[in-house]
Amino acid sequence: MDYTNFLFMNHEISLVVVMVLVLLTDLIFGDKNKKLCQYAALGLFLAHTVLGLYLGHISDMGNSSPEVFADMYITSDMHILVKNILNIGTFLVFMFAFRWNTTENKEHSSEFYFLTLSTLLGMYLMVSSGHFLLFYIGLETASIPLATLVAFNKKQKESAEAAAKYVLTAAFSSGVMLFGISMLYVSCNGSLYFNDILEAFDKQPLQIMAFACFIAGIGFKLSLVPFHSWTADTYQGAPTAVTAYLSVISKGAAAFALFCIIGKAFAYAPEVWKNILWWLIVITITIGNLFAIRQTNMKRFMAFSSISQAGYIMLGVAAGSALGMSSLVYYVLIYLFTNLAAFGVISSIENETGKLNRDDYDGLYETNPKLALVMMLAMFSLGGIPPFAGCFSKLFIFISVFEQKEYLLVFIALLNTVISLYYYLLVVKAMFIKDPKNPIATFKSDNMTRVGLIICTICMIVLGFISGLYQYIESISF
Amino acid sequence: MNIPVASYFILSTLLFFIGVYGFVARKNLISILMSIELILNAVNINFVAANRYILPNLNVDKPLMEGYIYTLFVIAIAAAETAVAISIIINVYRQHKNIDAKSINELKH
Repeated sequence: MDYTNFLFMNHEISLVVVMVLVLLTDLIFGDKNKKLCQYAALGLFLAHTVLGLYLGHISDMGNSSPEVFADMYITSDMHILVKNILNIGTFLVFMFAFRWNTTENKEHSSEFYFLTLSTLLGMYLMVSSGHFLLFYIGLETASIPLATLVAFNKKQKESAEAAAKYVLTAAFSSGVMLFGISMLYVSCNGSLYFNDILEAFDKQPLQIMAFACFIAGIGFKLSLVPFHSWTADTYQGAPTAVTAYLSVISKGAAAFALFCIIGKAFAYAPEVWKNILWWLIVITITIGNLFAIRQTNMKRFMAFSSISQAGYIMLGVAAGSALGMSSLVYYVLIYLFTNLAAFGVISSIENETGKLNRDDYDGLYETNPKLALVMMLAMFSLGGIPPFAGCFSKLFIFISVFEQKEYLLVFIALLNTVISLYYYLLVVKAMFIKDPKNPIATFKSDNMTRVGLIICTICMIVLGFISGLYQYIESISF
Repeated sequence: MNIPVASYFILSTLLFFIGVYGFVARKNLISILMSIELILNAVNINFVAANRYILPNLNVDKPLMEGYIYTLFVIAIAAAETAVAISIIINVYRQHKNIDAKSINELKH
């Protein structure tokens, strides 16, 4: 066996080391000093993130897209970049969860870190899989610990219910996806390597049925619309940190993995998937928007907003070109900072007062101007108002679809941007214009949350203007 | 006795759709979990039958085993998934004193 293959897996190996060390520190110091374990987990993961940014440019190793473990595992600069983006997002989630982990969840904070990191490991594997077996293992490694994370508030009725809904739909969707994969196995000459499927996929009815099953399975993970029914309940019942993680990290990873699979395995049959994706995107964006309008609970509201954002992310998949990939990754990057900023505000208010309704945010600007400002920026950026970063990411993703001559799709997506502005601005209106009957008292959030919010805010404002970033993403996309 | 190859696939398709029906129609969370297991078993039958009868070992030195291996992984992961799901259902029972899907409806708008 060729052990040099492991050199290409440095992200995974470093993450596994961090996971083991987190468990060990909890084992040794957990009884006496929970705070030390928390700082150790945060510090270790920060080290992993920074290391990931500096190490592992595949092109430096002399081979721009090496085939590791007999093509089972695929890596390139783009995969490394996506893993780095996931790392940064997870670290921000950890920062926002710090307060929750020191108070309510003090007993089980190390488990929280360990489980989150194991889902992250699953997403790494899912993103760089080159075979449906590794893809399935990655998907399950990501979704099984996520179910336990959703159920983390053991004493809460809502959390248990949300977890039951999540774990059952996740298992069902992966069952449907597996049925699709097994039919693909039958009809593609008995190989599940993406490269072999590319050759063997010649649009037999069985293959098309298999592809539909596969899309249905991954549609559950991405919460595309006909498969979205778990999203709102799970997002509302889960602890807020886990909701943020679900809405950003797991969605971004699944979207990129779907792009890779469609680009690798089904590239020769665009007429099969373009049609399916077209309809999926249109209904996802529209229904997500229409349902978001009538939500009053902020977490439920963010759930429907993230459904419609998933539709926008899927636009990059529908484009299916190199430009589509770069705009998808750029969109996920911007969406990560924007959505996490919104969740940071929501979770800090929830930690302080336990309030989650939009009506509770009335007059937030008078009592907590900074939080209201960050929330406003996040809403503007999610809605795509220039000059914030969300505008640029939407622009690029529309350009990538426009280039494929899908004019109607772009038009519908643009119309939906207008609808989405309405409900994003409802939050801004509540915070700035409405008269507070029962305002949230002025409070100071903890340092970790503040640092996280500052990072998110700076990225939201500045990232759109750093053209070098987009050029870098474009230069490594394939 | 000679069993026609198609019957394996008919069996697996039937199992799959029985599972889908059970997932939609059943109200008890444990029954829903059992329906999911049916779906996964349908997948396993598909893989194994395909590997044995449709894609037999053409090359003795390098036999094609992907279907069998996939099945092993599916069984193992399904076991892990069931363990987590059962523990979550137990927690639901502790909180709600009930595992009827109809009565677990705290979360709705």
